[in-house]
Amino acid sequence: MTTETTITFTIDGQTIEGRAGQSIMDAADQAGIYIPRLCDVEGLHPQGSCRVCTVKANGRSTASCTQPIEEGLEVENETRELRNYRRDLVRMLFHEGNHLCPICEASGNCELQAMAYRLGITQASKFPYLQPVRPLDASHPDIALDTNRCIRCGRCIRASKDIDGKHVFGYVGRGIEKQVGVNGSKLSKTNVSIEDYAISPDVCPVGCIIRKGEGFKTPIGARKYDQSIIGTDKKQPGN
Amino acid sequence: MAKSRIVEIDPVTRVEGHGKVTIHLDEDNNVDEARLHIVEFRGFERFIQGRLLWEVPVIVQRLCGICPVSHHLAAAKAMDVIVGAKHLTPTAEKMRRLMHYGQIMQSHVLHFFHLCSPDLLFGFDAPVEKRNIFGVIAEYPELAKQAVMMRKYGQEVIQVTAGKKIHGTGAIPGGINKNLSIRERDALLKDIDQMAEWARGALQVAKNYSVDNLSLVQSFGSFPSNYLSLVREDGALDLYHGNLRAINSQGRAIFDQIDYQHYHELLVEDVRSWSYMKFPFIKKLGRLDGWYRVGPLARLNNAGFIDTPEAAIAHQELKAVTEGKPNPTSLANHWARMIELLHCVEKIRELLLDPDLQGEDLVVKGERQEEGVGVIEAPRGTLIHHYRVDKNDQVTFCNLIVSTTHNNEAMNRAVTKVAKQYLSFQTKITEAMLNHVEVVIRAYDPCLSCATHALGQMPLEVELYDADGALLDRNSQHIK
Repeated sequence: MTTETTITFTIDGQTIEGRAGQSIMDAADQAGIYIPRLCDVEGLHPQGSCRVCTVKANGRSTASCTQPIEEGLEVENETRELRNYRRDLVRMLFHEGNHLCPICEASGNCELQAMAYRLGITQASKFPYLQPVRPLDASHPDIALDTNRCIRCGRCIRASKDIDGKHVFGYVGRGIEKQVGVNGSKLSKTNVSIEDYAISPDVCPVGCIIRKGEGFKTPIGARKYDQSIIGTDKKQPGN
Repeated sequence: MAKSRIVEIDPVTRVEGHGKVTIHLDEDNNVDEARLHIVEFRGFERFIQGRLLWEVPVIVQRLCGICPVSHHLAAAKAMDVIVGAKHLTPTAEKMRRLMHYGQIMQSHVLHFFHLCSPDLLFGFDAPVEKRNIFGVIAEYPELAKQAVMMRKYGQEVIQVTAGKKIHGTGAIPGGINKNLSIRERDALLKDIDQMAEWARGALQVAKNYSVDNLSLVQSFGSFPSNYLSLVREDGALDLYHGNLRAINSQGRAIFDQIDYQHYHELLVEDVRSWSYMKFPFIKKLGRLDGWYRVGPLARLNNAGFIDTPEAAIAHQELKAVTEGKPNPTSLANHWARMIELLHCVEKIRELLLDPDLQGEDLVVKGERQEEGVGVIEAPRGTLIHHYRVDKNDQVTFCNLIVSTTHNNEAMNRAVTKVAKQYLSFQTKITEAMLNHVEVVIRAYDPCLSCATHALGQMPLEVELYDADGALLDRNSQHIK
């Protein structure tokens, strides 16, 4: 049953109205308040896996993309504590994979890189680099998959399943070994197509899914985040 | 009985990257042999394997922080061959040329003024406290200012063509990713006359040094050799594209107008155990006689003429000194380098006035190839990039012969010659004596590591060992 019941709550003390069933993130977006995120993107079901959108709801940490709003809920978003959590989460993503921004064709369009800039991550951190050894699957004539850059956001998995109806991508392995794999021995053995929504530039937030031959065609200065900070508020938060 | 000794200069200072010199003295303090060791290992040829072809020009330029454009363009030219782009659009080729001339301009200025001018202006044995860039700033502030501003201009040319001053992304397989806007063009045109005037002045400084110190220049690290470079089809100097020409010490052709796709049929690389840098030689002349020099003086020895008016006259003046024969010296490299600086400024002006740079047709493709070679005349000499790419677009093979590698044998010979001349039979070896060895290395503008991480303190350590390897004496100083 669809409900149109209006729910009133606060984000950082600002009173917001949303509809029952909406997530905190959706309601915030509607109100023009940006909550940082990586695994969530418009048009795909929220997954709550990256935790970059973690807020405090009545004092409890929760993923704002999956947590429904409640009447009178007090949400904290832009606090020093939460920014520090987010910085550590983003830092750990850099340390878990092999993210070589200077030579990556996604640089300037990459949401992970842009989020790091937004959060003021400009130098190496306390975590060790895991430097995993991961293969590059370039077997498909139009598409390559470089899982060195994967952050396991699952956007390609959801896009392929829910929009393309194909199940090209899926998770393999467990724990720290968990990776995005393809439904076949290699990419060329799947039914993936360059026309799939999962392969569109909007889906992969990093440089993991590569549209062959398109790298570096956009000059520096004209890339998505060359001139502006990621987030609808277009501004860097404080420390 | 006196024992033999080894003197080390480690690292060599005021060059790009890290290297050391060992000078072997026998029991009579006679210089037996001197070697320039390249002590860094990079491994780009291996770790580029498996990467995608369009990434290559962006990855391999990280070899160097001074001449990344050269690696970027040489790799892009190789990838042009692989994507079947036989002829780039006028906009693409001219944008790349503009990028390249900007790069050579800034690199030549950096080398001549920041690294070498202390030796030339104050003398090889001037007090070390004065013989550095800060000494130049104090005593020749106008020259120092011009050096900074010319380098800045070259970097700005790179920025508008590659997107960034260092490690840009402009050149892509088959073309370029941007044209030159009118605003960018006009910003550069505004200062081009000033750049030309300063380049003329820099050339005069270099020329005067060679003319005023003719006997020193003719004897200091001077020896006959072969010379290799690209030349245009009509024999003109061409820094961006051409065919391979090699001449011997008398100026006679060893080979000429050879398509550089076949470089591996002409050149072989030798390996020696004491250096990470290879020793290339011309195959048909063999290991002993086939070594050669590259770089500004080799290019001007090889070129029939220069196609820009002011540099053309300067080229003739340089050639007149040796009556048209190849110039065998090391120090005349500075003169040749400043002629090329003026040539680059003239070329930049010519290109800025060319409406092709505002064209919209940026990329071409053709029949896909599995192998490609890209060659360019980098600031320090001929730069060869050779790749094979499989049907999945992944690199399977890479061979890079960088400019400094070509000059390896020549630099070792120059080091030996100067060491014998200035260090033999000396009971006390001073810093000033050792600087003579460094001066001759600097003449070749070696880029020892390409993009070294050497920041902050640059120690010069001289260590004396006896024949058993025991340290006898150590003298070190630090230039911050």
